[in-house]
Amino acid sequence: MGESFDVAIAGGGIVGAACAEECRAAGLKVVVVEPGPVGGGATAAGMGHIVVMDDSPAQIALTRCSRDLWLARRNSLPANVEYLPCGTLWVAADQEELAEVHRKKALYDGIGVRAEVLDARSLAEAEPHLRSGLAGALLVPDDSVVYPPCAARHMLRDIEVRREAAVQLSGQGIRLRDGTFLAAGITVNATGAWAPELTPGIEVRKRKGHLAITDRYPGFVTHVLVELGYLKSAHSTTADSVAFNAQPRRTGQVLLGSSRQFGSETAAIESHMLARMLRRVREYMPEISELTAIRTWTGFRAATPDKLPLIGPVPADPRLYLATGHEGLGITTSLATGRLVADLIVGRTPVIPAEPYLPGRQAEAHHEG
Amino acid sequence: MKVSVNGREVTVAAGSMVSTAVAAAGVSLYRRSVTGEPRGPVCGMGICFECRVRIDGREHCRSCQIPCVDGMEVRTDV
Ligand SMILES: Cc1cc2nc3c(=O)[nH]c(=O)nc-3n(C[C@H](O)[C@H](O)[C@H](O)COP(=O)(O)OP(=O)(O)OC[C@H]3O[C@@H](n4cnc5c(N)ncnc54)[C@H](O)[C@@H]3O)c2cc1C
Ligand code: FES
Repeated sequence: MGESFDVAIAGGGIVGAACAEECRAAGLKVVVVEPGPVGGGATAAGMGHIVVMDDSPAQIALTRCSRDLWLARRNSLPANVEYLPCGTLWVAADQEELAEVHRKKALYDGIGVRAEVLDARSLAEAEPHLRSGLAGALLVPDDSVVYPPCAARHMLRDIEVRREAAVQLSGQGIRLRDGTFLAAGITVNATGAWAPELTPGIEVRKRKGHLAITDRYPGFVTHVLVELGYLKSAHSTTADSVAFNAQPRRTGQVLLGSSRQFGSETAAIESHMLARMLRRVREYMPEISELTAIRTWTGFRAATPDKLPLIGPVPADPRLYLATGHEGLGITTSLATGRLVADLIVGRTPVIPAEPYLPGRQAEAHHEG
Repeated sequence: MKVSVNGREVTVAAGSMVSTAVAAAGVSLYRRSVTGEPRGPVCGMGICFECRVRIDGREHCRSCQIPCVDGMEVRTDV
């Protein structure tokens, strides 16, 4: 026999950390199981953009709620979380993408998310290193950037973390590699892209991404810059793709992304993908070639078929919860995920309707954009 | 040949590295760390990156690896 907890969580990434923080705030006794460094998985690899996304109503609800939760706590985050209220610029390369800017603007107006259309000239003034000839952009001023591993560490500040791998998971608790059993009222699988190893059969696949970061060039970019063509490329569920994404960091560094690949399971850099990604960056920001990159790496997103995370109990074992499948948005959506998990466990009215994210849901028909 | 270090002209022998010109100008603060600490050359062979300066407007150049060119403009601690 071992110890017992109200909630035992496998995985100390930002999602497990957010679940732990919310459960503890709800008065529950919580333990987190993480063999590696806290926030050392996708949470360390990703880009830390806190962003409202509008792929589907359920994605809007989750990202919107999460961004509100980030905004509400921005003044209490420690300095090492590097919260930067820089806003997003959705960059339109041509008139077709500018039409998308206006569509997005109308949608954001409708849900009370501040947004402003910039014409070509205002865009050039806002970001002088973008190439000339771009059509315009949508500015979403309340989006931001954080440094995710430190955010995860902060969320776990008062929570017991066991430095062991979970080898077996059920509604009864977690079996650790050293044989210890942590009994729990509720067990949560928050192991990101590794979740199917502990809960076989769930539809989560690894989607690899390449990243690069420059030396310090303060002011080189001042907003998160995302190409609108991203929507076309990110939606394709088969082909490998790259999209221009550049983020300012508090240090003055510029974080560059990103690629999307299924079927590549090694963390090694694939130079053809990295080169393709950097060429895409250069198409938007030619002067990037003058900057020195100091590090390149890869990370794995946990992707689901309908592009929504899996949050809540699995139908076959109602005491076993999933909190995974956040793909490229888990930094943003960690906070609403943690809140939803705690709401469901203690039986509160969920902060947003939980149905679209429940593991037993009928897969929503997804249209390729 | 002559190069300018932080606006001050110094004369160095042809083939001198920029780090030499900076030292000849009496400057020991080449750059600052991310937390604001002073930094200067350590390895002299392009490995440590501590000797970075701005050369002709280009940031983060390793001064120990770049030969002086007549008329070059060098800025430290930028
Ligand atoms: C290239 C890229 C860019 C991204 N950009 C953004 C962005 O700008 N904004 C955004 O919101 N999101 C972004 N994301 C997504 C975001 O990084 C992830 O969705 C998020 O980090 C997922 O967190 P997690 O806690 O679920 O997973 P992870 O951080 O991967 O955590 C899972 C943890 O489980 C642990 N684990 C694994 N197996 C076991 C086991 N058997 N027992 C115990 N623990 C185990 C691992 O060690 C790991 O620490 C990006 C992702 C990538 C790859
Ligand atoms: S002194 Fe080490 S790189 Fe120049």
